Amino acid sequence: MDATPFLTLSALLFTIGAVGVLVRRNAIVVFMCVELMLNATNLALVTFARVHGQLDGQVAAFFVMVVAAAEVVVGLAIIVSIFRARRSISVDDASLLKY
Amino acid sequence: MNEFIAPTVEYAELSPLLIVLGAAVVGVTLEAFLPRRGRHRIQVVFTLVALVAALLATGWVAAGLDEVEGASGRGLIAAEGAIAVDGPSVFMWGVLLVFSIISVMLFAERRIEGGVSAFAGQAAALPGTEAEREASRQGIEHTEVFPLVLFAIGGMLLFPASNDLLTMFIALEVLSLPLYLLCGLARRRRLISQEAAMKYFLLGAFSSAFFVYGIALVYGYAGSFTLADIHAAVDNNTGSTNLLLAGMGLIAVGLLFKVSAAPFHAWTPDVYQGAPTPVTGFMAACTKLAAFGALLRVFYVAFGGAQWDWRPMIWVVAALTMAIGAVVALTQSDIKRMLAYSSIAHAGFLLVGFAGAYGGDGITSLQSVLFYLAAYGFSTIGAFAVVMLVRDPGGEATHLSRWAGLGKTSPLVAGVFAFFMLAFAGIPLTSGFTSKWTVFSAAWAGGAWPLVLLAVGMSAVAAYFYVRVIVLMFFSDPVVDGPTVSVPSLFTSSALVVAVVATVVLGILPGPVLDLAQQAGAFVR
Repeated sequence: MDATPFLTLSALLFTIGAVGVLVRRNAIVVFMCVELMLNATNLALVTFARVHGQLDGQVAAFFVMVVAAAEVVVGLAIIVSIFRARRSISVDDASLLKY
Repeated sequence: MNEFIAPTVEYAELSPLLIVLGAAVVGVTLEAFLPRRGRHRIQVVFTLVALVAALLATGWVAAGLDEVEGASGRGLIAAEGAIAVDGPSVFMWGVLLVFSIISVMLFAERRIEGGVSAFAGQAAALPGTEAEREASRQGIEHTEVFPLVLFAIGGMLLFPASNDLLTMFIALEVLSLPLYLLCGLARRRRLISQEAAMKYFLLGAFSSAFFVYGIALVYGYAGSFTLADIHAAVDNNTGSTNLLLAGMGLIAVGLLFKVSAAPFHAWTPDVYQGAPTPVTGFMAACTKLAAFGALLRVFYVAFGGAQWDWRPMIWVVAALTMAIGAVVALTQSDIKRMLAYSSIAHAGFLLVGFAGAYGGDGITSLQSVLFYLAAYGFSTIGAFAVVMLVRDPGGEATHLSRWAGLGKTSPLVAGVFAFFMLAFAGIPLTSGFTSKWTVFSAAWAGGAWPLVLLAVGMSAVAAYFYVRVIVLMFFSDPVVDGPTVSVPSLFTSSALVVAVVATVVLGILPGPVLDLAQQAGAFVR
């Protein structure tokens, strides 16, 4: 099996996610971009598991999914509490802490 | 069909970890079933008892570690290869648990806020609304902070001890997620506390995505998550070097973020300033220790064979971290931000020891870094405990100008803080001097002498801003309606006493702890 197309796709998704975190202003969208990066990782893990003919990588992908779910719980709690206090979730508006 | 073989788990050797995580789960249950009155007291006692039990278990595990045949370390690989219970792990467990006990005592402080803790009465109540005032009138408190901090401690115990990258990733998340929440729970200045939590969360999640992508690439290179297998793959040079280099770099991003090394330090000042001060002290001491332990384990054990590839990178990061930490701290006007930049500078000094990668006779890089982390943690928790005490009507007086003349109004508190500043600066007879000495000498022995020279120069720059605070406190006139110094309860006072005594003892008689660090030996594979 040629793994290159899968790995290229995974790298592309990871890059889109990383660029999204850097350029988007809405905290929810930033967070979704992080999730995209995690899913790109899952694709890479599963591809490598196939290349090496093992199950380890696939099991790792499940762990990453569970961690992503736990992150959603904590992250949304924080973002919602910020939204209720400020009526905005733009990451640019949250700028009391600087210098 | 294949027969199912049950995995063996070394429950006895893993008992410190299991006690802490088990207590965290029980703590959540207590939260659900206990009446609100008295919950705080029970949670504090329960958390402290669990931590002390885990500390005793750590001592027992440390006494029973066997020498590994054919290697320099002591210990064993537990839980089917997932966790390494070796000398350095056990040393870090012990130090982490001591720091945690002190920090939990600061968490439990209620007297200086007038009968309530430093955490938000009700995190769900909006800042500045009637609901919030009602909650504080009734004295409602979030006692969930105690189970949360236990989960974080459990993750921190697992992080430097994990022997495969997947376990390490899970440990990273278990330690980070409760910390994100704890950062957002300050009782005073809730908006900046929530902002700190959001910044920490978004950047932390971003960096852990890098970390896990690095893990995937290294898995692609080596075909295994276990550190020993990766080491073998690096030695035999089996896979594509590009995958290894990219994976190593991405893993380094994730770990260097957690130790707050430049250029991944941007979150540190904001989070340290916004988080409740007890949480800041806990993060500054414990997260740094756990993350450095994990950094050293990954790079010495798994990537030890590729050190000529990663050492230049660590050299650059160490130099940058020291410079940014020391120079930017000069311009800070907020005491918590200044301590945050100081913690960045100290991460740089620690990275100097790491970059030396010296494993020969005498004190190795690993042992010197372990000693530095132990010494630095006590002074850090102590310094943040003092910050908790100096108060304005609206909360802690963190602006530096408010601290002017504190030495004349409250000589004892100012004296203690000045002493911690001297320890950070590395003045002889404090722990800062001995720990810097061990780290720099190990780095020198490892051939990193240009870095050591730079580090000594940066220590001098850093000494300037520490001494500036002392001068401000003792040689300028007190401000009109200056801050008051609250009298803390027994919890904070005893935490402060422990921090001061440890800083003195590690400065004058570093021998016993240094011996312990040396006996920790090396990582087992």
